[in-house]
Amino acid sequence: MADLGHPSTYRPTTKLGEWFDARLPVARMMHNQFVDYPTPRNLNYWWTFGGILVVCLAIQIVTGIVLAMHYVASPDEAFNSVEFIMRDVNWGWFLRYTHAVGASMFFVAVYIHTFRGLYYGSYKAPREILWMLGVLILLLMIATAFMGYSLPWGQMSFWAVTVITNLFSSIDMVVPGLGTSLVQWIWGGYAVGGPTLTRLFALHYLLPFVIAGVVMLHIWALHMPGNNNPSGIEVKTKGDTVPFHPYYTIKDGFALVVFLLIFFALVFYAPNYLGHPDNYIPADPLQTPPHIVPEWYFLPFYAILRAIPNKLMGVIALFGAIAILFFVPWLDRSKVRSTSYRPIYRWFFWLFVLDCLMLGYLGSQTPEGIHLILSQLGTIYYFGFFLVIMPLVGIFETPRPRPGSITESVLGRTAPPDRTANPAARPEVVK
Amino acid sequence: MAHSTTDDHDDDVNRRDVILIAAGGFAAVGGAAALWPLVDQMNPDASAEALASIDVDLAPVKEGQAITVMWRGKPIFIRHRTAKEVEEANAVDLSELPDPLARNPNVDGAAPATDANRTAEGKEPWLIMIGICTHLGCIPKGQAPGDNKGEYGGWFCPCHGSQYDTAGRIRKGPAPENLWIPPYAFTSDTTIKIG
Amino acid sequence: MRRVMGHEKRTWRAVSLGAIAGVAGIMALGAAVAPSLAAEGETELKHVDWSFSGPFGMYNNAQLQRGYQVYKTVCANCHSMDLVSFRNLGEPGGPEFSEAAVKALAESVQVTDGPNDKGEMFKRPGRPSDRFPTPFPNEEAARAASGGAYPPDLSVMAKAREGGADYLYSLLTGYEEPPAGVEMSPGMFYNTAFPGHQIAMPPPLSDGVVPYTDDTEQTVENYAKDVSAFLMWAAEPKLEQRHTLGHRVILFLFVFAIIMFLAKKAVWKRVNKDHPPSTA
Repeated sequence: MADLGHPSTYRPTTKLGEWFDARLPVARMMHNQFVDYPTPRNLNYWWTFGGILVVCLAIQIVTGIVLAMHYVASPDEAFNSVEFIMRDVNWGWFLRYTHAVGASMFFVAVYIHTFRGLYYGSYKAPREILWMLGVLILLLMIATAFMGYSLPWGQMSFWAVTVITNLFSSIDMVVPGLGTSLVQWIWGGYAVGGPTLTRLFALHYLLPFVIAGVVMLHIWALHMPGNNNPSGIEVKTKGDTVPFHPYYTIKDGFALVVFLLIFFALVFYAPNYLGHPDNYIPADPLQTPPHIVPEWYFLPFYAILRAIPNKLMGVIALFGAIAILFFVPWLDRSKVRSTSYRPIYRWFFWLFVLDCLMLGYLGSQTPEGIHLILSQLGTIYYFGFFLVIMPLVGIFETPRPRPGSITESVLGRTAPPDRTANPAARPEVVK
Repeated sequence: MAHSTTDDHDDDVNRRDVILIAAGGFAAVGGAAALWPLVDQMNPDASAEALASIDVDLAPVKEGQAITVMWRGKPIFIRHRTAKEVEEANAVDLSELPDPLARNPNVDGAAPATDANRTAEGKEPWLIMIGICTHLGCIPKGQAPGDNKGEYGGWFCPCHGSQYDTAGRIRKGPAPENLWIPPYAFTSDTTIKIG
Repeated sequence: MRRVMGHEKRTWRAVSLGAIAGVAGIMALGAAVAPSLAAEGETELKHVDWSFSGPFGMYNNAQLQRGYQVYKTVCANCHSMDLVSFRNLGEPGGPEFSEAAVKALAESVQVTDGPNDKGEMFKRPGRPSDRFPTPFPNEEAARAASGGAYPPDLSVMAKAREGGADYLYSLLTGYEEPPAGVEMSPGMFYNTAFPGHQIAMPPPLSDGVVPYTDDTEQTVENYAKDVSAFLMWAAEPKLEQRHTLGHRVILFLFVFAIIMFLAKKAVWKRVNKDHPPSTA
């Protein structure tokens, strides 16, 4: 793990603590990484979402395990077993609604967390692997959520699985027969059915623990260089940091309580608001719903998929939209980390945010007329942002002067003039 | 009176400690409240609780007949005994019984295993028991007309040979206790409520 | 020090804007996922001021009891409600019939049980623990009796349709003569609320068809309101407990948030004294 900058301050307070510390220094590791850990002193509230995400994962795992004690993964029983949970299991309605709303809140948090990373250049060297692990976590979350949504075996559950698994048949356009074989292998049959449901349940139970493992790698990869911060200037001295505990434990705790306030307001007062009524209709393989829509957190990707008329290209665009995230550390050619000092790029960034929101809305509409045109424009901008804007603006933009250090950005005081050759590196007073 | 910075500092520390204690308290209460549903969901659900009590109509059960009903997942033996069977049960000397206790929650825990203590008052022909052998849990034979009722005319467990008499008391074999009586009461002359 | 405060203020502004944007985003996306009704041919959705609407909504026991009566008298002839049990009718947060009334309602129906020792299925009077009986043994029989259309199970119908109880009410009061120029398919009825405007179900309600025991006027409108409220309860029997617990949890979290905010401020108050920012 990264240099603490000083010897570990962990001192076991009991004999048992000493005995353990000599054999398996877990407490020492926790102390070094989450108590005494030097953290930039200028982190803003966008940095609280990492901690919030860990809690979201824990909530989903715990509620998921207890729900699995009552759920039956068979097409004849699944829908009724969920209703049994809602009606007869003690607190079942609360556990089910928490798990369902929790999935949405998990995605709210991960999208904010990701956009924070994009804005502040947290993906830049030496944090490339940290970023890529994050994208992997997002990918695993998408898979987990997709599988989880199928389990109640409502109309949307069934048809979402049918539509998305059918996408793989587009491989037939490249290798005839391969796509169809792949889809039948996924289904375990010639159509979505019982075998599909049972394997979706098994994998839905498994993947969150894989996510937990990747999260540990993610935190490890973070603690090697240490946290980024809003100024994008690396930690230079001890004075740039404060210990994680108590400063960020309490700040993360406050942010978490506010997050839970919104979370449980939804659970108790509007638990079905983000869902779709069609999923309260038991799955009918012989009747397709008039509008198949995924959950809101998939809508931007759904819009991109349907924007492209060619089936195979649409599928490639869909997976490409996520895959492209892996390459961001190398696509952005700016020498400046934080968008706070990149006045031109900032416009493109916020336009990208709006683009994602617009694509999200369009994903819920039928892909025709003006909706289709806007989806196509939105898709072009989405890929253009990564493939064109990031490299070019990074190269040609003149950034605003950065502070010399975190301390300076916090104190707002002028540093002694820097007579280095690079004028951009000269710190000036920044507000 | 001038406040020195030390006084301010102490005030700050006190105030901070009070707030932190309050925060910790809230976190503990919230945590405990969140934990309870996770534990309680494993308790029997509402549909199981609904079947916690059942009503049984005894009118169709003629003398000499026996029926078996399910209660809380367990078989309940109901036998409308003949006068002879009741007599045989009463004639047994309690010192002969391997298990001297009545095993009936409807009477005192220390009550001896007389036939009267294993039936309801005024309803002696009716023997109502949980049909699970007290040895290792098999369901004894003796309910159906053709069944082997064992040497004592009651019930016979085919698994390891336990033999119960006409009052459902263990007489021979590895079972340690008499067949248990469930909690029940007569709600009318011909109906009972079990549980 | 002042600049540090200014930094905080900027952060607060950003956070508040972010939160407002976030909430607005959630609401917009939530609204967006609702299928566009305009595409269906302008179905009409009437709005009723339900007692159970909003965060403080609660059911009205008397209304639910009347609604059950409408369901049992009219709807249950074709529509099953197989996720609801008789005992639910007596539980808190619902119609809250008395224990004796629940027993009587259960016993008034014959329920299929078995097989008995001869291997036959038999009928017996219902018990509170039984589910509501289904009018038909299977979907095929239901279709045969209903001109090929399947009367869906009503257990979660109030959550399975956009508009919920409003939609159900609009449907039940939406039967009209087809407007000029509209061709009706044989056996179908015109309905203003049903998508496509042609529904296979004949108008189920008419004035006076259900004998209410209180002094509520026996009109189609009242029947529709009462049965829609009952269907909402059938779909969400835990609504009252959910709302009541919600008030407590949200109040708790609100106070907790204030305490945590004060705690954060208190911890950070001396940050520059205890951990001086320095370039050394």
